[in-house]
Amino acid sequence: MKTTYREALRSALREALAKDPRVFLMGEDVGRYGGTYAVSKGLLAEFGPERIRDTPLSESTFVGAGIGAALGGMRPIVEVMTVNFSLLALDQIVNNAATIRHMSGGQFSIPLVIRMATGAGRQLAAQHAHSLEGWYAHIPGIRVVTPATLEDARGMLWTALEDPDPVLIFEHQTLYNMEGTLDGEGPVDIDRAAIRRPGKDVTVITYGANLWKTLEAAEMLAREGIDIEVIDLRTLRPLDMTTIIGSVQKTRRAAVVDEGWKSGSLSAEIAARIVETAFYDLDAPIARVCTAEVPIPYPKHLEDAALPQPHSIATAVRQVLARA
Amino acid sequence: MTLPVTTPPSSPARGEHDRTLLREMLRIRRFEEKCAELYSAGKIRGFLHLYIGEEAVAVGAMQALTPDDAVVATYREHGHALARGISANALMAEMYGKQEGCSHGRGGSMHVFDAATRFYGGNAIVGGGLPVAVGLALADKLQQRPRVTACFFGDGAVAEGEFHESLNLAALWKLPVLFLCENNLYAMGTRLDRAQAETDISAKARAYRMPAEWTDGMDVAAVEAAVRQAAESIRKGNGPAFIECRTYRFRAHSMFDPELYRDKAEVELWKKRDPIAAHIARIKAAGVSDDEIAATERDVSDEIARCVAFAESAGWEPVENLLTDVYTPRP
Repeated sequence: MKTTYREALRSALREALAKDPRVFLMGEDVGRYGGTYAVSKGLLAEFGPERIRDTPLSESTFVGAGIGAALGGMRPIVEVMTVNFSLLALDQIVNNAATIRHMSGGQFSIPLVIRMATGAGRQLAAQHAHSLEGWYAHIPGIRVVTPATLEDARGMLWTALEDPDPVLIFEHQTLYNMEGTLDGEGPVDIDRAAIRRPGKDVTVITYGANLWKTLEAAEMLAREGIDIEVIDLRTLRPLDMTTIIGSVQKTRRAAVVDEGWKSGSLSAEIAARIVETAFYDLDAPIARVCTAEVPIPYPKHLEDAALPQPHSIATAVRQVLARA
Repeated sequence: MTLPVTTPPSSPARGEHDRTLLREMLRIRRFEEKCAELYSAGKIRGFLHLYIGEEAVAVGAMQALTPDDAVVATYREHGHALARGISANALMAEMYGKQEGCSHGRGGSMHVFDAATRFYGGNAIVGGGLPVAVGLALADKLQQRPRVTACFFGDGAVAEGEFHESLNLAALWKLPVLFLCENNLYAMGTRLDRAQAETDISAKARAYRMPAEWTDGMDVAAVEAAVRQAAESIRKGNGPAFIECRTYRFRAHSMFDPELYRDKAEVELWKKRDPIAAHIARIKAAGVSDDEIAATERDVSDEIARCVAFAESAGWEPVENLLTDVYTPRP
């Protein structure tokens, strides 16, 4: 079936709303406006204002209300417009959603799903385009997933709703218009990374929209006779280190592509874990391709220059192979 | 600093209910006096925030709640926990950090939770409990359950954005939340008039178009009456209500507070309005005997002794369990 990432997300929402009366969607402009990225367009007409709830601009409270509603037996899906705005709700996510199960000695679980847009590439400048999912991946008590494919956009939501604990879904802004063919419509696991391209020379670990840039780099490198294995992390917390280490032990070389900044990043975590477990399997230092250490600039040429790109990924891979 | 104007005492309450109110306030007072001792003895650690002086608020309010209702409280919540029905044993074991504690020891003084009594913390981020209370109420509304979520917070929370966001959302969606502001005049060490341009807290709530009033938080009967009325209105589907309980904390903010920010004379003045002494005077005038009051004191004293013994003999969670209860075990 021909579809888009946006439609896949919408169809997952529609199915969840139809299947479980406890599910409802709330967030800024999810109803009448149809969703900032038009993901929820049409759902208000279909499910009504009780279940498709437009909220005031009060991220902390509508995320906190999601936590409370989950404690009260509902299965809320909260949409936060972008990851930058989610910082207004950090208190609720970090101090409540992630801690209440633990602080209550396991008495209360919080089956809450929070969706938000992340990432750069659409000239939205420095308050709408950051990639802060790595911060969230730092926090015990929540699960962080990053659908990169149509299948994951369609399938991760239901799995997240079935999870008894809070799940954050990060949807990269540049993916909403991505077109393709979707075969299965069922739920997918959110535990394992996926090898999106098998290869033998270098393991390149990435997630979200950078999967596609990495696969583009893989095509460029293939023309030079370099065969990379591309891992889509899919879930940033908990990390599927089994898949990563298995691949690195095969290729003996690794690079990490992460749209977050390099300093204190998820890429640093992955590199450190590879070194901790598989140092003696490595034939070369690990490379990292990250966003330049600058708030995302508005002009296209500078935004492009700040972000990981297929050519910079290819260059890093060549360096790992000492063929630069 | 002048004292806030207070309501006149309501008509003398009578009989068994009077003794219940006394017992509940005394349980809190004696429990916390014991906690202060145990803190000095090193049995309780971390932050310890005592509710002494404010007992009438929690005890009065809880009388109007049913077991189906929910409670969200702050880090100064021992009183609410006891008055809601969490056992002194489970609470004291929690103070110790023992596995028999109501939060299995993981929360301590500031994070009391109890599923059986629908007690949702023990939130130590000022204002952080209000959005959660709004969500609990939303769940009740969506599931058409005639429940009330009682949300306790202090005057400090009124300065937080979450206070304003939560009152607005609860009023906008007509959610069954009872906002109970315990105005003890100090956000830690900052007096209300040093933090708020408008010190009439219930006026802020009225601005969000919900019924809001203030009541004398040193008068257990006044609090009970106000909360009963508000809870009844909420249960009828009229949306949220707001009560500011004007009260005072007799002890320091926490065990580390040298109290540089308020005069001893002010504290002494408020102690003259001790809610327990006031209640005793009232019920004696209504015919409760000294013997009955002494018997209540003895019962409470025995209960406190038992809960300390329980906490002492309770166990420490094995270190091997360190990572449990971060995520829900999945099949």
